[in-house]
Amino acid sequence: MTLLSVTQLTASYGASQALFGVDLEIAEGEALAMLGRNGMGKSTTVRCICRMMPAQGTLVFDGQDLSRLPSHRAARLGIGLVPEGRRCFRDLTVAENLLAAARSGHWDMGRVAALFPRLGERRTQRAASLSGGEQQMLAIGRALMTNPRLLILDEATEGLAPTVRAEIRAAINTLKRESGMAMLVIDKSLKELRIACDRAVILERGRSVWSGEMAALSHETTERHLGI
Amino acid sequence: MSREGLVNAALLLALVAVPGWALWADAPFTITLATRAVIFALAAVGLNIALGMGGLVSLGHAVFFGIGGYAMGILASHAQNYTPLMEWPFEIAGTKSMPVIWLVAVLASGLAALLIGLLSLRTSGVYFIMITLAFGQMMYFFAISWPAYGGEDGLSIYVRNGFPGLNTLDPIQFYGLCFGLLCLVLVLHARLMRSPFGLALNAARQVPERVRAVGLDPVRLQLVALVISGAITGLAGALFADLNRFVSPTMLSWQMSGEIMVFVIIGGVARLFGPVAGAGFYVLLEHLLGGVSEYWQIFLGLFLLLVVLFGKGGLVGVLAGRARHD
Repeated sequence: MTLLSVTQLTASYGASQALFGVDLEIAEGEALAMLGRNGMGKSTTVRCICRMMPAQGTLVFDGQDLSRLPSHRAARLGIGLVPEGRRCFRDLTVAENLLAAARSGHWDMGRVAALFPRLGERRTQRAASLSGGEQQMLAIGRALMTNPRLLILDEATEGLAPTVRAEIRAAINTLKRESGMAMLVIDKSLKELRIACDRAVILERGRSVWSGEMAALSHETTERHLGI
Repeated sequence: MSREGLVNAALLLALVAVPGWALWADAPFTITLATRAVIFALAAVGLNIALGMGGLVSLGHAVFFGIGGYAMGILASHAQNYTPLMEWPFEIAGTKSMPVIWLVAVLASGLAALLIGLLSLRTSGVYFIMITLAFGQMMYFFAISWPAYGGEDGLSIYVRNGFPGLNTLDPIQFYGLCFGLLCLVLVLHARLMRSPFGLALNAARQVPERVRAVGLDPVRLQLVALVISGAITGLAGALFADLNRFVSPTMLSWQMSGEIMVFVIIGGVARLFGPVAGAGFYVLLEHLLGGVSEYWQIFLGLFLLLVVLFGKGGLVGVLAGRARHD
């Protein structure tokens, strides 16, 4: 069953149009990879889905039209965002960051701490004093605490040390295997995305130019659209 | 216990010791001064919820203080004159009962905060400050132009209102009542700070967009904070009017709003006992220097300057060290 359906999405930053027609669909429990070179509209698409910027086109989540909802109402429907650049609440502790976002459901402090043991160890530490990797774990944990039905991870491993990156990717794989939550994942590593995701959509110059099963993503396609 | 906990405990002990010290030193006026400080602290705790937790720089908190004061003045004046407050469609009599007056003060000032918040929270920054100031001035001039309740001259109440089981005319008992309410509100503030609501409000102050992304509406959080804040400041206004047995438009003036803000800044913004320290310091300075010069506020201004420049955590911050939000 389709959870999120995006059709002919267009969006602009002032006079500069960023999206020219993005189409994508995510089913319940499915993980979709969003691929594309820098500046092709991946983060803008995420911002539009989360209603953080105005957009035209059709945005339907679980049968409900998102296009007229403010961003907090869209989030309450069950869209959890792990934003690019982490952006934790710096003055709050780890536990407070998680508690501030908490909504009842499967995910609670204990489960987040089990997924990221480092967060459990640093419960009383201020978010600002965490390392980049730990802040990223906190950003994922905070999104999980909202008990979303769709988790959006926007460059969740960007700029992190290889070991931390591996730790976070392992957690994402665990989420995929065990939570049954739908995911929209943006990441630079195609190799990792092939493991974590079922399907992919490729954006080029603000348009979706390819979509299909991950297994069907050929070397020719990635070379043509992604240059790899 | 943390250093801040020790400072808080010392402040609380000082307030508990005031009546005993006043009796021992035969200085009953001290109790009235301490009551004034406690009521100011209560008003400032109200502002601290909006300012410290919500980041709302309100220059119109005197509106709530004044509404609380007028709630007391209007209800008590009708009771003392044996005239009903209204006769149609049903009769409402005045009252000299403090609990009823407090309830009316809290509801009226909370409602005012809700209405002001609904309009002012559409804006932020300097526009928010200006709108709260504008509401304050509107209410001030409304009170001046309202002859039924004293207009510019204000409204006098002959006898202090009553509280079941207490003689409120006894300064120590009235002080105890005000102190008890302050403690109650401090407990409420402490619980709010640690509650998911308080944490979300704090987060909304830092990064509103991120708060929206986790499904919370920052404006609604701030509105709730403003209503709680206004209601507490309104309660303080009712007590202040009862202390003086007098209410006038001065309670609604922008100078009053400024004073409440000064209590919070001097004591320590977002510090639980900051308003207590700030209000206590203000009343002490007013008492000690007020006799020396009528321009004693020059020294207050100088002190405020020092606090803003060198002690961001206010008096509590200086004594207890910086907090994470300073």
